[in-house]
Amino acid sequence: MALIEIEDLEVTFGSGGRVVQALRNVSLSVCEEESFGIVGESGSGKSTVLRALCGLAPVTGGRMRIAGKAVPSPRDPEFYRRVQMVFQDPYASLHPRHTIDRVLSEPLAIHGFDRREQRVEQALDEVGLGAGFRFRYPHQLSGGQRQRVAIARALILEPSVILLDEPTSALDASIQAEVLNLLDRLRAERGLTYVLVSHDLAVVSHMCDRLVVMQSGEVVEHLTREALKDHVTKNDYTSNLLTASEGFTRDPAPQR
Amino acid sequence: MTADAPRQGLSEWLQSEQPASRRQARLGQAWRTWLAFTKNRLGMVGLGIVLLLVFVAIFADVIAPYDPVIGGDLRTLRLLPPSMDHLMGTDDLARDIFSRVIHGARLTLMVVALVAVIATPIGLLVGTTSGYFGGWLDIVLMRITDIFLAFPRLILALAFVAALGPGIENAIIAIAITSWPPYARLARAETLTIRNAEHIDAIRLQGASPARIIWGHVTPLCLSSVIIRVTLDMAGIILTAAGLGFLGLGAQPPQPEWGAMIAGGRRFLIDYWWVATMPGAAIFLVSLGFNLLGDGLRDVLDPKAAK
Amino acid sequence: MKPLLSVENLRIAFPSRQGPVEVVRGVSFNLGRERLGIVGESGSGKSQTGRALLGLTPVSGTATADRLEFDGVDLRNATAKQWRSLRGARMSMVMQDPKFSLNPVMTIGKQLMEAVKLHGGKSEARDKSLAMLEAVQIRDPDRVMAAYPHELSGGMGQRAMIAMMLVTEPDLLIADEPTSALDVTVQIEVLRILDNLVTQRGMSLIFISHDLKLVSTFCDRVLVMYAGRVVEELDASRMSEASHPYTRGLLNCLPTITGDSRPLPVLARDDAWLE
Repeated sequence: MALIEIEDLEVTFGSGGRVVQALRNVSLSVCEEESFGIVGESGSGKSTVLRALCGLAPVTGGRMRIAGKAVPSPRDPEFYRRVQMVFQDPYASLHPRHTIDRVLSEPLAIHGFDRREQRVEQALDEVGLGAGFRFRYPHQLSGGQRQRVAIARALILEPSVILLDEPTSALDASIQAEVLNLLDRLRAERGLTYVLVSHDLAVVSHMCDRLVVMQSGEVVEHLTREALKDHVTKNDYTSNLLTASEGFTRDPAPQR
Repeated sequence: MTADAPRQGLSEWLQSEQPASRRQARLGQAWRTWLAFTKNRLGMVGLGIVLLLVFVAIFADVIAPYDPVIGGDLRTLRLLPPSMDHLMGTDDLARDIFSRVIHGARLTLMVVALVAVIATPIGLLVGTTSGYFGGWLDIVLMRITDIFLAFPRLILALAFVAALGPGIENAIIAIAITSWPPYARLARAETLTIRNAEHIDAIRLQGASPARIIWGHVTPLCLSSVIIRVTLDMAGIILTAAGLGFLGLGAQPPQPEWGAMIAGGRRFLIDYWWVATMPGAAIFLVSLGFNLLGDGLRDVLDPKAAK
Repeated sequence: MKPLLSVENLRIAFPSRQGPVEVVRGVSFNLGRERLGIVGESGSGKSQTGRALLGLTPVSGTATADRLEFDGVDLRNATAKQWRSLRGARMSMVMQDPKFSLNPVMTIGKQLMEAVKLHGGKSEARDKSLAMLEAVQIRDPDRVMAAYPHELSGGMGQRAMIAMMLVTEPDLLIADEPTSALDVTVQIEVLRILDNLVTQRGMSLIFISHDLKLVSTFCDRVLVMYAGRVVEELDASRMSEASHPYTRGLLNCLPTITGDSRPLPVLARDDAWLE
């Protein structure tokens, strides 16, 4: 059974004269313990799908269900315990004046969890940072370490769904590999469901079993990892993306 | 050498990259800010002046050689020029001006502290609430702020004092009520840029309530720029208090308030310059101190100015 | 043949609380008429190297070199006047984000024409600018000439930026992550334009990027930088024969669409590489 179902989702920003329709008729479903990818370029609305699911974007139409139940609006605490998100920019997603300890204990305090001390230390251990990082400030950490903290924060409420919004695009290639491996391991250990948004086809095909390609607010193609590997695509835009992601080719490619 | 070792240890403990407790982390952060601040010479001068004001205010009874209110012999001690006996001379009621200026520091410090304590939280609360929620609440709160901003501060304070009756307490209330709008504006502007930051989205997704977000996440980031602004405004607040005193609407005689002292000395300005000049110099020095301190704080606390 | 640019033992240091820290530690290379790629991760000193070549090291830093020569001109002691005659006219730079490099309150056309006028050629400034915009495949050059930077998309802005840098026909173009802010499909288009211009005009190009795959497919020769040093220098076509463990690690840690190695090989950093 599908864990997350999104049907005909529409998101519209602005009001009055300047209206931008960021999403049109987006439908997708994500199974339990699956890793699902959304690929697209800037302005395709790929991040907006995640934000709409979390209640951070104005939904103007369509239905969203999690485990068969409509997503409540405004979101209730139960939703936040089930669904968490990791943001793109590790430099912007941690409060600059809060220690890592505070970043991790605050969600526990909000939801009234017990054994907070142990949970914080355990979360740091799980993302490979260790308790030595607990009382540092974000500016004392590197980008990769910050993203690990962001992942620890998402995990600390023990959710079943993690939304990953370009989790590695701000990181160096070697750090990206470490973070992707970490995400892979955590999913295997905890049976998590991922929805991963990225502009990088290689990252999505590495992480996800199924994916959709988005362009200007619409889903243009549903694909599986195997189809992507064999370049089996019906859509021009997808094949363009595929060619582009393989680097520069000197011989002039066919002009669009 | 033995005295140096523990100090070295303390400094290292404070600057540790791996603090072991909440307290160490917080103190370390404060220590780093302090180290950055000490690099600013003028800021340190400002801090020195402000600390001097606090020191003088606390120990006014000990420092002042004469009683600030009861003068000496009116036949022989009136309007004496500065001398070793009377460092700043005496006024028309034969009171020692130096002692009055020293005791005046208390009133000035009280004005400054009370205005900061009253106006800053109001401004922060109105500004962050308005900026975070937006919509009609923002419109209502900001129009109220605009109305307060539209009045010249001294005139509005005058109206308040006229309604409440003259006196230093009412002057303080009047100044506090007229000085929060700029802080609200500033806090709102900061909040508008902060509220769309990813870390605010992140805490929202942890299920935090708006009150928790505003108080625990938005306010700390607005605080530094508001503190800077308040410090820089202190000079203006002291001058407003002095202005009210000068107009006879602030501190009432015989209280040794600097503005009122200038007003009293105005009649003899040509023949006995020191009567008005000495409290004037005190106002100047303290205002300058707060301005330098504010500039120094801005260099340390405001990340935009640092780069 | 005499190289266009030769750099020997370039060092750039910035002061810190613990004394000066060298971010570039003895970089040497020669550049002919070719496309040279400089690859490295953040903090490797690749951008500072590029900036130093144009004398754009931030004021707090100090750049020293045993030799820093551009077409016979010693850049180490170049005067402000010499720099003015070199920058723009003979060597120019394309930065990562056009939003920050274009003047927001001036139209693209005005900025372009100013660049032309500064280096002589007042009369044909407009024609030259239009031709340049066409050369970077902007379909509607008249509209773009009248547009302000914020009215252009990222790809358009970067093309306008490249047009501005190339309109004076420099001998050397330094491109610092010129396409990193762009979408992949746009990125390839912009690179193709850059490639054509470089080939047609016989320009030298220094292409600075974090993307090893992109650089190895685009450039002729690649320098791999790590912690302020060049750890490996090799022909782009022989990237698969890279011998330094850092280069190999960088190549291997990228996920690929076709491959399925999991977990991804992780780059194990070795302190010996710092030596």
